[in-house]
Amino acid sequence: MLAAATEMTETVLSSGWFLENAWIIPIIPAISFALIIFFGKRMPKKGSEFGVASMLGALVFSAGAAYQWIQRVNGAAEGAYIAPIVKTWTWWQNDGVSLGIGQHVDGLTVTILLVVAFISSLVQIYSLEYLRGDRRYTHFFASLTLFSAGMLNMVVAENMIQLILGWEIMGLCSFMLIGHWWEEGANSRAALKAFFTTRTGDIGLLTGTAVLYFAANDWTTKTLGVSGFSIRGLSSWALSGDPSSAAITVGAVALFIAAIGKSGQFPLHTWLPDAMAGPTPVSSLLHSSTMVVAGVFLVARVYPVFFEGLDILGSGANFIVIIGGITIVIAALLAFVQTDIKKVLAYSTVSQLGYMMMGLGAGAWLPAVFHIFTHAFFKACLFLGAGSISHSSSHHSFEMKKDMGGLRKFMPITFTTWIISTLALCGVFPFSGFFSKDEIIDNVGHNGYNVFMIVGLTGAFLTAAYMTRATYLTFFGSPRGASAGEHHEEEGHGAHASHDDHAHDTHGHDAHASHDDHASHGPHESGWLITAPLIILATLALSSGFLNAAPFGHSWENFKKWVEPSAEVINPTGIAYVTGGAGEARISSDEPTEPVVGEEAQSGAPLAAASGEEDHSSEEGHHKSDCGTKTPVDGVCVAPQLNHAPFKWSKAGLSMLIVFAGMLSSWILCVQLYERKNKKLVGLTERNKALGAGYKFLVNKYYLDALYENVIVRSIAHPIARGAYWINQNILDGIVNGAGTSAKTVAGWVYRNVDQKLVDGAVNGSGNAAQAAGGALQPVQSGKVNMYGALLFGSAAIGALILVIINT
Amino acid sequence: MLLNQFLILGAVLFCIGVYGVIARKNAVMVLMSIELILNSVNINLLAFSLRNGSVDGHTFALYVIAVAAAEVGVGLAMVLLMYRNRRSIGLDELSEMKG
Amino acid sequence: MLSEHNWVLSVGTFLPLVGVIIMLFLPKADEALTKAVGIITAAATLAVGVFTLIQFDYGRAGEMQFVANHEWISVIKSSYFIGLDGISLPLYFLSMVITLLVMIYSWDHVPSPGNPKAFFILMLVLQTGMAGTFISRDLILFFVFFELVLLPMYFMIGVWGGENRQYASLKFFLYTMFGSALMLVAFLALFFKTGAESFSIPFLIENGLNISRTTQIWIFGGMFVGFAVKVPMFPFHTWLPDAHTQAPTQGSVILAAILLKLGTYGFVRIAIPILPEAAKAWAPYIGALAVIGIIYGALGCLAQTDMKRLIAFSSVAHMGYVMLGISTLTSFGMNAAMFGMVAHGLITGMLFFVAGSVKERYHTLEIKRLSGMLLQIPKLGWIMGFCAMASLGLPGLAGFWGEFPAILSAYQPADGLPVEVFRAYMVIAAIGTVFAAGYLLWLFQRTAFGEPTAEFSPGHGHDEDIHDVNKFEWLAWSPLLIAIVVFGVYPQLMFKVLDPAVGVTLKAFGG
Repeated sequence: MLAAATEMTETVLSSGWFLENAWIIPIIPAISFALIIFFGKRMPKKGSEFGVASMLGALVFSAGAAYQWIQRVNGAAEGAYIAPIVKTWTWWQNDGVSLGIGQHVDGLTVTILLVVAFISSLVQIYSLEYLRGDRRYTHFFASLTLFSAGMLNMVVAENMIQLILGWEIMGLCSFMLIGHWWEEGANSRAALKAFFTTRTGDIGLLTGTAVLYFAANDWTTKTLGVSGFSIRGLSSWALSGDPSSAAITVGAVALFIAAIGKSGQFPLHTWLPDAMAGPTPVSSLLHSSTMVVAGVFLVARVYPVFFEGLDILGSGANFIVIIGGITIVIAALLAFVQTDIKKVLAYSTVSQLGYMMMGLGAGAWLPAVFHIFTHAFFKACLFLGAGSISHSSSHHSFEMKKDMGGLRKFMPITFTTWIISTLALCGVFPFSGFFSKDEIIDNVGHNGYNVFMIVGLTGAFLTAAYMTRATYLTFFGSPRGASAGEHHEEEGHGAHASHDDHAHDTHGHDAHASHDDHASHGPHESGWLITAPLIILATLALSSGFLNAAPFGHSWENFKKWVEPSAEVINPTGIAYVTGGAGEARISSDEPTEPVVGEEAQSGAPLAAASGEEDHSSEEGHHKSDCGTKTPVDGVCVAPQLNHAPFKWSKAGLSMLIVFAGMLSSWILCVQLYERKNKKLVGLTERNKALGAGYKFLVNKYYLDALYENVIVRSIAHPIARGAYWINQNILDGIVNGAGTSAKTVAGWVYRNVDQKLVDGAVNGSGNAAQAAGGALQPVQSGKVNMYGALLFGSAAIGALILVIINT
Repeated sequence: MLLNQFLILGAVLFCIGVYGVIARKNAVMVLMSIELILNSVNINLLAFSLRNGSVDGHTFALYVIAVAAAEVGVGLAMVLLMYRNRRSIGLDELSEMKG
Repeated sequence: MLSEHNWVLSVGTFLPLVGVIIMLFLPKADEALTKAVGIITAAATLAVGVFTLIQFDYGRAGEMQFVANHEWISVIKSSYFIGLDGISLPLYFLSMVITLLVMIYSWDHVPSPGNPKAFFILMLVLQTGMAGTFISRDLILFFVFFELVLLPMYFMIGVWGGENRQYASLKFFLYTMFGSALMLVAFLALFFKTGAESFSIPFLIENGLNISRTTQIWIFGGMFVGFAVKVPMFPFHTWLPDAHTQAPTQGSVILAAILLKLGTYGFVRIAIPILPEAAKAWAPYIGALAVIGIIYGALGCLAQTDMKRLIAFSSVAHMGYVMLGISTLTSFGMNAAMFGMVAHGLITGMLFFVAGSVKERYHTLEIKRLSGMLLQIPKLGWIMGFCAMASLGLPGLAGFWGEFPAILSAYQPADGLPVEVFRAYMVIAAIGTVFAAGYLLWLFQRTAFGEPTAEFSPGHGHDEDIHDVNKFEWLAWSPLLIAIVVFGVYPQLMFKVLDPAVGVTLKAFGG
């Protein structure tokens, strides 16, 4: 910090081409998507080459951007505010105001860009082998590429509308990919469910954006010269003391509902396990490592809004931390009753997303974002591992109990990578999960959320236990079912059976025969296109934690340095729009509004939570700013000041102990249950009522699906819709038709009674006379034209005569 | 001014026309008679127009000519159809409109 | 430029009638020739439209351009007063495009009982009526064009329609006539209340302010019924499903794409600028009917068993968004509404095209009997999926830009409107988006996914009919599909034109 003070006379932040042009990154896959759609089928590799190439291109660009961002951070003084690189172009205008599309690149952006581009590349390479021969191979790559375009666009988004654009494109791709094998009803229903559930959450996204826009627009326009959609604008606005508490709270809650839907948080998590109906690469990419973290990303992206709106670090628990906490536990419990390996991983994903949310809700922003980063690697690896098993060993089945077991001998690479990733997931030192998950739990406690720290530790125990169960069932014991080379008949697949085998079934019996070969060859290791991604991901699962290895001291906390935005009070004019050009933001320290440094800040208002047990020892070199606690007087804040728990080996040791306890107890239980068939344990749920009820409760997924599908959806789709339609047909239309009929009836009545009886009655008398006269005149109606003419002229002549007489 | 002569010419034409309409059996002749009547009216209009020194009468006359042309067009078409259907254009035989 | 090119609009509007006259002299038996002449006329009209597009001064999109003002019926002080601004331009042009595309589609899709000559003539007459409505600056002229549209549509439904066509066409005609009658009364009241001097809209905008508030409200009421029937708003919508279901595909497309917009256009162009006070008084109720329409239309969709009827009901919901945007009386909402009108025209028009082609192939539109379209006719199936996605408001496609800003605008309606009420509308409208996703994807899932039903599976006598998109369909559809993407990706193309004009329209509200 001392060095910083001397250097900070004038700091020029470095930038670079990749940073300046990060907006190109989503364009690459978008173009590639168009190419696949139009030319894919004619290409030698059926369009997959476009997909893979574009993802590698995006990866290169992302890596470039990340490198230059690190340069930018390293070049600046420590703790200084690193301005994001913002660019906009007019996208639409309304009320004379131009609203933009563009890029907002900061540490969070480059992190997620890198993750998405990286995992997408690996998954596409993996899919080359995994989906070989699929009838909709081209479609698959098109959707996958479009997904990446959507996600990357969401990540670089400069404003909320652009974020929504990416967000919904991801939803669409999720729909298409889950329903990839849509010939089967279950798949298309799962796809529909996923889209529908996330769309329900999106009500919040739309309303939240609207609320925040109108609440913030005046302030942001005046202070920063950006619209109320702008991410930077919203962040600064939230911390400016301008927002009314109602508006920002409503906005934050609404946005969080969207995050609940997208990130599979309780109570909208039910779509995510069903989404496993899609091909495994899809589960790996969309439904574990990237798309489902979109909700977490949203919260992290406009964190100040949530920070202020939901009173994070305030007294008591808040919405986010509660939802996160509930999700961790309920999802982890559900993982125990699954027999489908992908569903175990799906619930595990839900649970891990719960950790991220809980972390964000408890003010542990950095550990949560770091957990996104590490989780992406090990969870993608686990899913791809599961795919590898089903592809090569278990005859396209994902049933652990029925078709797996003892595979460690046949699939050494898959096994090793699986174990590494499992350990990372469980948070065992020194695997990557440890450095992120343990930090979350630690910081949650540090910020005063003790209950949720216990929830986190419980979650860790459960995670260790269900992953041990899954590992045991898959790799240990003796081979069963398809893994043992048994032949599978179609009817052998129950409702829970994987649908992946459909991929090959759809193109005829020849292909079916070919994967009978798989079974007869017995289980074996997959090809290099599959194992290479596994190895790469496992390596990262092992090592990526060291990017932010808090235990080894401050110098190891690189991720924190690069990614966490600095909670400085900054001059709005100094940073107002880095508009292209040189792309260098100047922050000069001699302006009066520059950072409140040093002692001043130390004496600033103590933070609301955990101020008593503040341990400054780990925060040396950092100063505290008032952002998030006080209204900045002259200048704006872009991030709230957060605490960082000091690392203690004792605490880490405790959580390690819990994890090992979970593994051990689960292992013993599994051996007893599955290997030894211990009479006391087998069938326990049928004998013990309480356990049976609990088991049933879990198997039925807390009856949430029943509630959604049978009660809510069915009531809307059936009685309510039918009722509305009945009203339409019988009442509204009835009124119209009734008006018509009654007009007719009235007319008839009038005709019959008024006209025929009354008027006619009066007329009848004269009518008789008229009839006589008519009879007399009848011959006149001769039907002869000449006659009529004569009459006409005759009467005209008479008329003229009368006229003449009268006038004279 | 020769107003009287014009009016007399008009009256004569009119009478011929009325005679034709009443007495003739041939549909075409009846049509021609109607033309005569209309033209007699035109003559009257023009005569008065000249006398009053305004163009209103001219305008009306033009209008009448236009209407007459349309009328003949429709009338002849009807006669043609009649001939097709009945092989005759005698008006005596057309008595379906009898009341 | 304003006066130099003022022939452009008249030519663009009446050129179809020239085509009609030529076609009248063509022998009925030579179908190809009549069709060709019809399409050439429509293409020529579109060419004039493109010329208009080029000549339009985008820097002054808020002003009326190509203005022509001639005496017409001086007895009732009505004049032939036409002009085009940023609000009219997209709709004016859209009507030309849609007519041409529908005619191209009709090349090999003339519905029974045939007689393409009459059919094409009706479409051309319709085109004149539609284009004329969008450029009229005089209420009587507007009314004439507005009504001119009715007759051809009546005949299209009544002659070329489905089984129940008599009922549907009569209902359509009487319902709309009923609305028009009230509308005409309102126009006359407006005329006399402003001193019986002129029917021209600018004049009325200037003088409408002087009418007492109560009278304004009554006059607005008359116009409201007239326009609301056409939109159609709940509860005046019941003619729509019948008309759509019974109409031939071409009729449905034109009805959905352009005719419904006449109503909303009337609100934006006539009712609201002339009677701002009354508009404010009515706005909360219009908003309420709009959101009821959104939810109600969606529920109606969920209850349908017929694909075309479902799409028809979805129009009720979508026009609800448009009306919600209008009812906020802010330029934000109005822009959204205008965009929504064009987007709905493109998307729902496209959906009706698809429905028509499905009907042609399967001879039924019953959702239960259709399945696995993606297996049998993948291209058509994916186009339908694309349209469903666009219709449910997926960002990046045109539908989003009508829907989302409309929802957004309801958060902050114009000054003097009840804010809380509109915020409630906002939430309801947002819930409506979920319903939209529900019924559209449900439709897509049931008809496109899965295996074909036994009835239509290969080898059951339907193989000849069931073929994928043919070249006329591609020709007619691809412009729409491209437009949906282009406007979705770069909405500024249209907002740039709309925004200044909307600002001018809403001058009375200080916005």
